[in-house]
Amino acid sequence: MVLSAYHWTFALAETLAGHELRFMLCIVAAWMILGLAGFLRPHSIRFVAHLLFPAGGVLCLGVAVLAGLYLGSGRGPQAAILPLGLPDLPFHIRLDVLSGFFLLLLGVAGAGISTFAAGYFRSGEGTAPALLGLHYHLFLASMALVMLADDAYMFMVAWETMALTSYFLVTSHHRIPEIRRAGFLYLLMAHVGAVCILLCFGVLQGGSWQFTFDAMRGAPLAPVWATTAFLLALLGFGAKAGLVPMHVWLPEAHPAAPSPVSAMMSGIMLKTAIYGLLRISFDLLNVRFWQWGALLLGLGLFSALFGAIFAAVQTDMKRLLAYSSIENVGLIFTGIGLAVLFQTNNMPLFAALALTAALVHSLNHALFKSLLFLTTGSVLHATRQRSLGKLGGLIRPMPWVASLALVGTLSIAGLPPFNGFISEWLLLQSFLFTPQLPHAFLNMLIPLGAAALALTAALAAYVMVKFYGVIFLGQPREGSLESAHDANWLERLGLGWLAFGCILIGALPQLALNAVAPVTGKLLGDSVRPSSTVWWIAPIAQQQASYSGLILLAGIVAVVAATFVFVRLLAHGRMRRTAPWDCGYPWQNSRMQDTAEGFGQPIRHMFGTFFRMERHLPSAADTSPRYRVYIEDRLWRGIYLPIARGVQSLADAIGVLQRGRLAVYLLYSFLTLLGLLVFVL
Amino acid sequence: MHHSELIAQLLKVLAAGLLLISFAMLASRRTQQLITLFAWQGAMLFVSTCLVAYSSGLTEMYYSAGLTLLLKVIALPWILHRLIHRLGAQWDSEQLVNVPTTMMAGLALVIFAFGLAQPITSMATTITRHTLGIALAVILLAFLMMITRRKAVTQVIGFLAMENGLFFAATSATYGMPMVIELGIALDLLVGVFILGIFFFQIREQFDSLDLSNLESLKED
Repeated sequence: MVLSAYHWTFALAETLAGHELRFMLCIVAAWMILGLAGFLRPHSIRFVAHLLFPAGGVLCLGVAVLAGLYLGSGRGPQAAILPLGLPDLPFHIRLDVLSGFFLLLLGVAGAGISTFAAGYFRSGEGTAPALLGLHYHLFLASMALVMLADDAYMFMVAWETMALTSYFLVTSHHRIPEIRRAGFLYLLMAHVGAVCILLCFGVLQGGSWQFTFDAMRGAPLAPVWATTAFLLALLGFGAKAGLVPMHVWLPEAHPAAPSPVSAMMSGIMLKTAIYGLLRISFDLLNVRFWQWGALLLGLGLFSALFGAIFAAVQTDMKRLLAYSSIENVGLIFTGIGLAVLFQTNNMPLFAALALTAALVHSLNHALFKSLLFLTTGSVLHATRQRSLGKLGGLIRPMPWVASLALVGTLSIAGLPPFNGFISEWLLLQSFLFTPQLPHAFLNMLIPLGAAALALTAALAAYVMVKFYGVIFLGQPREGSLESAHDANWLERLGLGWLAFGCILIGALPQLALNAVAPVTGKLLGDSVRPSSTVWWIAPIAQQQASYSGLILLAGIVAVVAATFVFVRLLAHGRMRRTAPWDCGYPWQNSRMQDTAEGFGQPIRHMFGTFFRMERHLPSAADTSPRYRVYIEDRLWRGIYLPIARGVQSLADAIGVLQRGRLAVYLLYSFLTLLGLLVFVL
Repeated sequence: MHHSELIAQLLKVLAAGLLLISFAMLASRRTQQLITLFAWQGAMLFVSTCLVAYSSGLTEMYYSAGLTLLLKVIALPWILHRLIHRLGAQWDSEQLVNVPTTMMAGLALVIFAFGLAQPITSMATTITRHTLGIALAVILLAFLMMITRRKAVTQVIGFLAMENGLFFAATSATYGMPMVIELGIALDLLVGVFILGIFFFQIREQFDSLDLSNLESLKED
């Protein structure tokens, strides 16, 4: 049985060998067909959600398998020219190891999210199911095409399709004004980013006016222009990834979107920005400077710290996760920054280590952040509450969701033996090697960065204790929570798949390292050494640092099992349930538990300079006392509002042209015509 | 030889007539009068196109002349007449501000147009090349007329007169445009007038008048 399955897999790999790109295109086309198929029965949840979404999930799995086989095969890039596009500008596509890795990420995370979405969408919520299905599958297809694109034209078309479809998904509850506002902010930032990327491609072609990536690789760029292209790419992709200070759309759009969409955006879409930045800075640009690395490192660390601090003071569970996404993206950028620093100082092995950390963290984040966003979806459906202040004690009515969320929580907090630990450990390892850099100035700054990273990791753990503790532990804060129902089987399947991924990578980090090795090998010319045994990973050398997820997992399981057995069988073997001791104060209720605000208070106190706070304290004579605190981003008032005011006043100045009189408008055209004629003369 | 000399003279006379009609349109007060002037302009255009066709021996120029006759001399004036009858606007007259100033501006435009046509005229080889300046002047004068008017119907007549100028420019510079394009433009004009006719009714329904100054209230503050 097992043997035949093995043979079958082998035969499959043989058939697919060399044709991965072709099959991926088929899958992309199939996604588009699935999206359109929903219109056969546009209002049927059963047809769209229970049939089309799982089919889309299976296709995701197909992408993951294809990408995995491709990465494992070690074959060269596969390219094709599509007979689509403009007359002289056909679409070029190409599958290489970098796109292969990100497609693997898309496939693995997408499979779980699609399965969950099949059970999640209910009728009567937001837009019609068929529209949701169309946008969802187009979104998937466009993300895959972003990764496959091999010319600027195709890339931008896919990129903008991705932005638009995700905008429609975010605003699927468009009757609510706040959601429309959040969607608009997202669309605005997406477009500002897209313009930057477009300009970046304009610089990259280097005067050859060839927009294929192949031509850009060969285009000679002066250092000034290379840096300009890099900065534009950083702005453009940073806006999509949620790098501070371009992060403002993230905490608005993620809570507004339905949970599977938030999961998709946070888990996969943010990674397309990482992909784009890597593609441009390591593949298309043929020079790099250490200043770029320092900039990336600084921005990344600041984003990480910023995200973690803001996540700690949120009271909306999806906003909290959105800020946590900013933190994780910051960590990924930190890794990329370190990689640039090492590479420009001729240390390819350490560069490979840092880039490995960034890429593995991307994969991990896709898994655990999707998992957590999906669990918030289940909680939202079960309780209709998003505010942490009204949840609590859900571990009893929702044991499945609670235990799967625990896996995600532990992973994101960076605890062994889960996957989050692996990437954070790798990142710390690469920081530990930094003192060998030849720049004295950097060498002084780097330890500070390492400290910031450690602080971020600790804060992230704190945030996750708050997230899990307030939602699932303690007593229910509202009476209605007792009757909350657990997730249905499709949702459990989706959650379980992602949780399984978290555990698998945690226990066998070699899998992730092997997937990353060809990528770093191609981009940097070196890769970390995945160990030959299943037991250990030792990225640089066995005697310097090594880790064994499997042994640790086995140890933890053994200790837990031994304790359980010891307590249950040997110690007393009896169990009774009783109310906990009330400390001699019998009038307790669930409102007396620590709240989300209470949990965040120390952070708010310590990092007060980061926030703009408004507090409303009740007076002593209030009959119905209420305590309110509003927390705002300083950057919003510091950067965005002045820009918005500037645009407004500029628009007002231009608005003077609008007189409302037809004769005046005609006069404008007339004068323009005369002006142009004079020019001809 | 003498023959083509005569035709060239005739064409110049017709062109001068066109220019004169343009000035008349600029100064005329009544809508009905404007439509008549427009029809006359079309007729001049028709005759001049026929002459060019005869002298150059291009048969498709006859088609385009026929099209001009059908559309600009018969169909469009008739449609416009019916339209203003239906709208009850046949006796409308407009307050024209400062006719002498408009005329002076018109003169300046004619000089400008001639200056503009100079280099093109020296390059062209057509028999009508000297009338290009007039054609440009007709376009600009029609534009000027649109700017100075406030009634919706006169805007449309100005627009049509501008098209006449363009047509004349095309004939004088290169013996007309390709037939397909001319057919396309003719269809566009017809459809445009129909659509604008519908707009007239909408505007009148909304504001009880065809005065376009009412549209100012649509401006966003």
